Amino acid sequence: MTSSAGRLSLWLLLTPFVLWIVLLVLVPHLQMLRVSFQVRESWDTIAWGVEQYQNFFTESYYWRTFVRTGVMSLFTTLLTLLVAFPIAWYIARMARGRAKGILFMACLIPFWASELVRTYGWMILLRESGLFSSWLQALGWADGPVEMLYNDVAVIIGLVYNGLLFMVVPLVTTLDGMDENLVEAGYDLGGGHGTVLREIIVPWAMPGIISGCIVVFMLTLGSYLTPVLMGGKDSAWFTEQIFTQFITRFNWEQGAALGVLLLVLSSVMVWLGLKLSGQSLRKVMG
Amino acid sequence: MATESDLSCNGLVRRFGRNAAVDHISLDVPAGTFFSILGPSGCGKTTLLRLLAGFDKPDEGDIHIRGQRMNDVPPNKRPVNMVFQHLALFPTMSVGDNIGYGLKRRKVPAPERRKRIAGVLEQVGLPGLEHRNPQELSGGQRQRVALARCLVLEPTLLLLDEPLGALDLKLREQMKIELKHLQKQFGTTFVYITHDQSEAMVMSDQVAVMKDGRFDQVAPPEELYREPATPFVAGFVGDNNRLLGQVVSVVDNLAEIKLDDGSLVRGRVASEGLKNGARAELYIRPESLVFTGDALTEGYSAMQANVRTTLFDGANSRVEADNGGQPVYARLPQDGSAPRLTTNSAIRLAWDPMLARVFEADNP
Repeated sequence: MTSSAGRLSLWLLLTPFVLWIVLLVLVPHLQMLRVSFQVRESWDTIAWGVEQYQNFFTESYYWRTFVRTGVMSLFTTLLTLLVAFPIAWYIARMARGRAKGILFMACLIPFWASELVRTYGWMILLRESGLFSSWLQALGWADGPVEMLYNDVAVIIGLVYNGLLFMVVPLVTTLDGMDENLVEAGYDLGGGHGTVLREIIVPWAMPGIISGCIVVFMLTLGSYLTPVLMGGKDSAWFTEQIFTQFITRFNWEQGAALGVLLLVLSSVMVWLGLKLSGQSLRKVMG
Repeated sequence: MATESDLSCNGLVRRFGRNAAVDHISLDVPAGTFFSILGPSGCGKTTLLRLLAGFDKPDEGDIHIRGQRMNDVPPNKRPVNMVFQHLALFPTMSVGDNIGYGLKRRKVPAPERRKRIAGVLEQVGLPGLEHRNPQELSGGQRQRVALARCLVLEPTLLLLDEPLGALDLKLREQMKIELKHLQKQFGTTFVYITHDQSEAMVMSDQVAVMKDGRFDQVAPPEELYREPATPFVAGFVGDNNRLLGQVVSVVDNLAEIKLDDGSLVRGRVASEGLKNGARAELYIRPESLVFTGDALTEGYSAMQANVRTTLFDGANSRVEADNGGQPVYARLPQDGSAPRLTTNSAIRLAWDPMLARVFEADNP
């Protein structure tokens, strides 16, 4: 009696989660996988095949965009790590009491606004008639208006900004748990700043670094608004290709194939990252 | 001179706000000695150790190690290593890498490094454990790895910050003796801080008793025990009975005191300028108290007390008695010569006045 009641309540608790996973994650992905192998022969006949995948490899624009997106996402992830580490170190190790909470909030507050608003914020700063441009002119460092939007640097700035919080949080969590004496012992036994960072702090923070990198990499790889808005029409982000296939060209089969390839890419990269750093998913995700 | 000692400090001061955690401390540690700093928590001993290690800078005063001024030398350049309270073994490295960390910083080539790691592990009694993780070791083994990690660098001075605190009692007793042997074996100067007076007594050549940022007394353990220089040392080092009274007379370094329960007793004067009529406190150790009948040994002092209870603890069994409202502890003789003690029975406790120390009481 009690055990069946317990089982029932367990199922009731699990239901929202199961529904969410099945209806919003599993079913669409399986459906997409199925569509990606369908070849449209005429308006009402469909055959199975790998034509869409062949298109990807033969059409250089597809795979070049694909590689470019992967490389830029990696670079963005690395840059985010470099920017986030000192911030996380300061929040976790130097700030005390109230200052700690306030700094953490300062990282969090931008995320109360939507990605769209944040991106427009950057556009106001960087565009030709924007703040930075007018400052440069006022200081006499530029003769005319400077366009800082619509290039790769602008895209990466926007992406790093969007990923920052997701890197800072896991880093703060791991660094917070580090014994202060470990750092002191590192110096005491003859290590300099570089050695202590390389041999003691980074290995300790590795689970946080990897989990932050995985999240930021996936977010960046799958981001759509920032590359489109800040990179302009030439930004050539892979998600734009998928969007074009689905919405503009109404070629769902090709769009689905590209989507599956993006999923494979991110999974492979995460797996590689874990392998290379010798971490396991269980350790990284806590 | 200063060059002969491994460590000498002069007028060290470290203030936090208006409070001086280390208040004009001078000390001198000869090479090869085991020097302990003993004090209750919050007395500033950890601050002092951090000044010596270089994690903190003194506001005043100088630190010299082998005659070299260390004030502006960063911790990684000092010939000093520290065993931390929680050991701080690097959890991401194996035992061998933990020990090799410092050697690597000194650019010792790998084959030589391996040899020295194996050698020092042998010396601390953990041969062949290089490839283990520190987390897999027992508390006592980790302790030894932490020691080996420092000793392999052959520091002039080894600082130890209560490293035995985390061990259980039995292991602590064992490690105490082992630490003393290791210190003799390596010949390194140890500076050990602790709040446990038994650790300090058993291991040290010299003990400094610290209170409120100052040293009350620096002496070998036995002198500290027999000739405490201040009431604080008398009460803090070892068990002691504190009896309050009024000075009646001072003759030949012996003070006669009228205790609050009315008995007239005597003890050696320990603080200068003890005047007749002053409030005084007499310290007498439980093992110096003897049970006596009506026949008092010539020259002994005695007082009456009522038995409250007996505390059986093997060789350290004591009786708790009451003298005018103050608790008095006396050690029970091991030969069974003690009278049968029942609660509330009256006993007479006597002592040799030469073993009692009389201090002027703090003015209330």
